[in-house]
Amino acid sequence: MTDLLTVEPLLAAEGEADGDGREPAVVLENLGKRFGAGPPVLEDVNAVVRQGEFVALLGASGCGKSTLLNIISGLDVPTAGALEVPEDGAAFMFQDSTLFPWLSARGNVEMALKLRGVGRAERKLRATELLDLVNLGHSAGKRPHELSGGMRQRVALARALAQDKPLLLMDEPFAALDAITRDLLHNELERVWKETGRTIIFVTHNVREAVRLGQRVLLLSSRPGRVVAEWDVCEEHRTNAGAAGKLTGDITARLREEIRRHA
Amino acid sequence: MPETITSPLLKSGSAEEMRSLEAGLDSLQSESVERRGIDWSRLLLPLAAFIVLLLAWQFYVSLGLRRRDLVPGPLDVFGSLGTLWGEGTAQEAVWTSLQRGLSGFAISIVVATPIGLLLSQVRLLRRAFGPLISGLQVLPSVAWVPAAIIWFGLTDATVYFVMFMGAIPTIINGLIAGVDQIPPQFRRMGQILGASRWEMAVNVVLPAALPGYVGGLKQGWAFSWRSLMAAEIIAMGGSLGFGLGSLLEQGRQLSDMGIVMSAILIILFVGIAVELLVFAPVEKRLLRGRGLLAGSTR
Repeated sequence: MTDLLTVEPLLAAEGEADGDGREPAVVLENLGKRFGAGPPVLEDVNAVVRQGEFVALLGASGCGKSTLLNIISGLDVPTAGALEVPEDGAAFMFQDSTLFPWLSARGNVEMALKLRGVGRAERKLRATELLDLVNLGHSAGKRPHELSGGMRQRVALARALAQDKPLLLMDEPFAALDAITRDLLHNELERVWKETGRTIIFVTHNVREAVRLGQRVLLLSSRPGRVVAEWDVCEEHRTNAGAAGKLTGDITARLREEIRRHA
Repeated sequence: MPETITSPLLKSGSAEEMRSLEAGLDSLQSESVERRGIDWSRLLLPLAAFIVLLLAWQFYVSLGLRRRDLVPGPLDVFGSLGTLWGEGTAQEAVWTSLQRGLSGFAISIVVATPIGLLLSQVRLLRRAFGPLISGLQVLPSVAWVPAAIIWFGLTDATVYFVMFMGAIPTIINGLIAGVDQIPPQFRRMGQILGASRWEMAVNVVLPAALPGYVGGLKQGWAFSWRSLMAAEIIAMGGSLGFGLGSLLEQGRQLSDMGIVMSAILIILFVGIAVELLVFAPVEKRLLRGRGLLAGSTR
């Protein structure tokens, strides 16, 4: 279904590249979506995500972030515009870990491998590797209800990685976690991202989280959703409190401005 | 409104620090689930309840309000139970009925499961046959006995037919209800993981619906057992073996309350035994494995 909508890489978008010359993984061109006769949820969304990039998609509630992810993953189709996504779809992670409660942590990771057609022996091996990658080798045999929220999300991350898709979509995956666990998972996700080289689109409504994780932060307006601003985050923003505070402040101000338009 | 900005998150700590911090959090936040051995109260409490009821029964009979041959006491019933056991009649009846009950139930499962899965997955079939299946469940399976006798005569086929009409719709309905109650995000996850229709049914739908399915099986067993008793009471003789229902009917014909009560008690006892030995452990395991047992009275 995405094949019909695939377009040639846009020359204009190519020109805007910030110089590192990587191939675009996701290209959205004037993308629009409306449900039935209602007002558009997304309108004229333009964005390019390059391979291996970590992009934070920021927006207030009701900006169509989840709809956008569904479209990128192929679960939903746009009503206008065009998009280019990896041929074999994307791995997906939600706020709710959605682990299967009848399977152990290992079983959940192995299920993703099984549905991808990996043989039994290799499944076992890969699942062990992936659980070790998220530091959960010790809890592989536990059922989801025996794990804490943070551990469940790590299993969900391992499962998403088991899908072996170059693109990983994350829909507010840490929103329901306590602050300590969330900080920890930010480190964890960053490490995993660096080790695996995935392209990650991370949806959040938390500015600090966006700045902490993203190489780029895209701000999505609400009703209709549209990319209205974009910031590059450099290493200094992650290590220097002053720089980080400044950027967080700028983005927060812009986000609030967007929200006030609806007052 | 003052523009307060919370302080930004910064990267901190070495990989090793993070790892130990994470391990600490993991052990703080996840509780270890205790696994106990045999819980004797499960056996002793039902036994105590049984004894209390027996005593109440004996007390009522000893008041002498009714004729003893119409309302025998527990001791009288145990007496005739002993006689039936000594003759070997009780064992024969239990064996015959249990054999029929279990094989009929097993066949019902094999027939009902694919039908239930098909109905729950294919909207057209569900709409067409769903009400009919529910209706069949409402229809008492005894109603099929006269028809079955006319079709199959006094053979085992009559008994099995009646059992199937009782058990199969019940198991189908249980499975459908189990599938209906699957949280939608499980299917969505299956879709994201790339499951085909068949893989979705086997790897996601069936396991997710298992608690409802087992509930349906339990009810299906009750329906088979009841239908079997009804069939055995009504249809006697011919090539039919001598089951518990036949024993009950024989007691009535002899106006022997001792035999009647013995047969009722044995039927009840088999029901309790199957519940305690088969369904209770399976259900408990299933629910505990999914963390659904916390705070329940099971």
